[in-house]
Amino acid sequence: MNIADYLKGNLRQYGILGALVLIFIFFVVMSGGKLLNPNNISSLVQQVAYVAVLSIGMVTVIVAGHIDLSVGSVVAFIGAVVGQLMYTYHVGWPVAVLAALIVGLLVGAWQGIWVAIARIPAFIVTLSSMLLFRGLAVVTLGAKTLSGFPEEFSAISKGGLPKFVGTIDISSSALPTFFRGEADVFTLLIGAIAIVGLVYSSFRTRAAERKHGLTPIPLSLTVGKLVLLGVVIAFFTYLVSLSRVGTPIVLIIVAVLIVVYTFVQNRTVYGRHVYAIGGNLNAAILSGVNTRRVNFAIFLNMGVLTGICAVIVTARLGAATPTAGNGYELDAIAACFIGGAAVTGGVGKVSGAMIGALIMGLLTMGLSILGVNESWQMVVKGLVLLAAVILDLFSKRRSVLAEVGQR
Amino acid sequence: MPSDGKTILEMRGISMEFPGVKALDDVTMTVSRGEIHAICGENGAGKSTLMKILSGVHPYGSFTGEVDFEGQPCQFRSIRDSERRGIAIIHQELALNQFLSIAENIFVGNEQATHGVIDWRKTEQRATEVMRRVGLPDSPNVKIADIGVGKQQLVEIAKALSKDVRLLILDEPTAALNDEDSAHLLGLMRQLRDEHDVSCIMITHKLNEILAVADTVTVIRDGKTVAYGDIAKEGITEEFLIRHMVGRPLENRYPEHTPNKPGAEVMRLEDWTVHHPIDTERKVADSVSLSVHAGEIVGLAGLMGAGRTELVMSMFGHTYGVGISGKVFINGKEVTTRTVSQAVHQHIAYCSEDRKRFGLNTIQSVKENITAAGLSNLARFGVIETLAETGIAETFREDLNIKTPSVNVPASKLSGGNQQKVVLAKWIYTSPAILILDEPTRGIDVGAKYEIYTIINRMADEGKAVLVISSELVELLGICDRIYTLSGGRITGNVPRSEATQESLMTLMTQEKEKVHR
Repeated sequence: MNIADYLKGNLRQYGILGALVLIFIFFVVMSGGKLLNPNNISSLVQQVAYVAVLSIGMVTVIVAGHIDLSVGSVVAFIGAVVGQLMYTYHVGWPVAVLAALIVGLLVGAWQGIWVAIARIPAFIVTLSSMLLFRGLAVVTLGAKTLSGFPEEFSAISKGGLPKFVGTIDISSSALPTFFRGEADVFTLLIGAIAIVGLVYSSFRTRAAERKHGLTPIPLSLTVGKLVLLGVVIAFFTYLVSLSRVGTPIVLIIVAVLIVVYTFVQNRTVYGRHVYAIGGNLNAAILSGVNTRRVNFAIFLNMGVLTGICAVIVTARLGAATPTAGNGYELDAIAACFIGGAAVTGGVGKVSGAMIGALIMGLLTMGLSILGVNESWQMVVKGLVLLAAVILDLFSKRRSVLAEVGQR
Repeated sequence: MPSDGKTILEMRGISMEFPGVKALDDVTMTVSRGEIHAICGENGAGKSTLMKILSGVHPYGSFTGEVDFEGQPCQFRSIRDSERRGIAIIHQELALNQFLSIAENIFVGNEQATHGVIDWRKTEQRATEVMRRVGLPDSPNVKIADIGVGKQQLVEIAKALSKDVRLLILDEPTAALNDEDSAHLLGLMRQLRDEHDVSCIMITHKLNEILAVADTVTVIRDGKTVAYGDIAKEGITEEFLIRHMVGRPLENRYPEHTPNKPGAEVMRLEDWTVHHPIDTERKVADSVSLSVHAGEIVGLAGLMGAGRTELVMSMFGHTYGVGISGKVFINGKEVTTRTVSQAVHQHIAYCSEDRKRFGLNTIQSVKENITAAGLSNLARFGVIETLAETGIAETFREDLNIKTPSVNVPASKLSGGNQQKVVLAKWIYTSPAILILDEPTRGIDVGAKYEIYTIINRMADEGKAVLVISSELVELLGICDRIYTLSGGRITGNVPRSEATQESLMTLMTQEKEKVHR
């Protein structure tokens, strides 16, 4: 397999990654570099976090051939529970967070019973839940907005990791103003560890593949990928280290979830079964996959992630309101489809969904910086989603044609 | 053959090729006005392809040869074209909308309307009229879902009659009907012929029905016309039909195989009865008992609709049918196979006849398909040992000679034969005691077939019990040690290979429970 073949085979993935880069560059240029302001970057991370967490769960739901329309309402409901617990019952924030996860699990079980056990289409079940939990959110809050939560709770979304190792002052006048300031050493350290880890694991995989008689992807490609990725990580780590908060806590939460769920999708029996069900349900059943159990687990999992999302959103708003999470389900679904998940199921990756989430977040941030009003932002996002799906369609048609041509 | 003014349909020199297969080869067929013409032949002989050409499903230009209907040449590009000329086809799988009424179904696409507004009174009137002609006493407002399959068949015919049909094609019209409904339908065909001047072509496996109602018959084998005759004049018998249906040349080569001395019994079915999932009164398998021994390759022969696939799928995790009763024994012990995982746990493996729908996930890689059923062997605490998995996949690739650039490419990239090997690998990896192979060589080329046979032999030599379902009698005779025949859901024969011939098997396969009387 040469490089051209490899790139052709992964056209979709690189296409969407390229789109992300182009959109980023576009906004950097149009905003006169404002987007690169370290505080804007860390704020972007904080803004994207909620879609990222939801779409990690949503991509599994979509790969299995389902959909979840209720996550926005569930975010509001769990946010309401968390708010009431801290505001009215004065429970400590760690307990409230734990409660959020447990309520998420219960909500997931509720959906799971109907989708997996009663076999009602997820579209219907979650449409019902969308109304149900929005209503419960209002009831729980008594139609009020609760605010005034502990510092530590808000820090989950707004704060950063403590600057354990201190800062270094970078004020070389050769650098643009954005790139000067007090860099948090701990953030830089995390970035360095990430890069080293990436390089190490890439080469370990190559060695293992070779040991098992497999031909790894071309070395030049691996190196190229690593250099590119390394530069990008280094660049953003540097920017983030200059920001007021240092390493945002939500960045760590999202990063951990990405690593865990990538592993779950690629390496576990459960993950494999999700793809099997979505790719060919009949074949999965005839291979002995327990579809009930897998579908139930998918919705439990979505519930817990929605719980995490509710915590992040409530912390960020500093308030529990009945309208929280409005439209989040659509953001998450859009992120998955932009990231290459197939409407028909069987295809989709956490990494893709993350790129999709970033594109959506970047559009919001970039357009806001440019002063485009919210209505037009929606128009643009709608068109981008359509464009991504069209791109999908064309790359698929192309590969179908290529296949026919080969025969 | 008649070719005077009495001829309504003449198909001459029809040939059609699909990639790699010659489906029809210079077929000739003539139907006279006002007669019932039967077409028979083994599964895959080309009957359906011929009818698809006649009805325009395969458009003009996709085949060679000529079709003349009522003296005019035909160049049908779609079903609409053939319907306009008065040809209607009624498929085995009825195409009615379950949620609409009888009248609505009869006039779907042909609504009785003035200026785009449906005239319900006219609809009902005309529906009642055609319904009377087919002997359907129900109200035209009854929903299709509320009437039985037999009556649904009549609705299809009424629909055809409402369009002034001149030639009615019925594909296996009685396959899903009980005896009473069958008798009514055959009577109706005669009535259409005698009173309404409608000619019929019926495709059927039921030889007794051919002899009971048809005037003339064409036998097709391997895409060629091998016999034509006037049933009454020439005194055609079931033996005559069977003799011409079978006798395919030995085109496939079979690997040498010395039958193993059958070991202990591995699987036994006792009194296995299964009902149709929708038409729950109907028995798809009827008190079937069979057994397969270690090291033995056993065939299961039956024509379309005999219930072969339904029988094994109902046993394998109850993946087909309702009202399932009977016993399964594995190694002499009664077991439950209510779910697929229970069946797999009992070391039963089933390779479906429909690779694309039931066998493979074509989106996933070859590797992931190979390990799909035996994944638990590779996992510790739910985590897959991916390197070991690759090793397993590579071993199978070498062992079964799966031709693929890598085990990581999607299964969709492989040829049919290699996809089949992937499915075989998947089940061999579950270390089955009994391997049930449903049409294991369907749609794959001769070379790959030979390789599949070799694998089957190897499995038997390793002491596994193998049950092969196949539509090709020659294939069963080429590889099996013993052959069961199935007809109408019942076992009608259990023949050692040494005593079996194509004729004797076909006779058993077409054996009916009760005869239809003329």
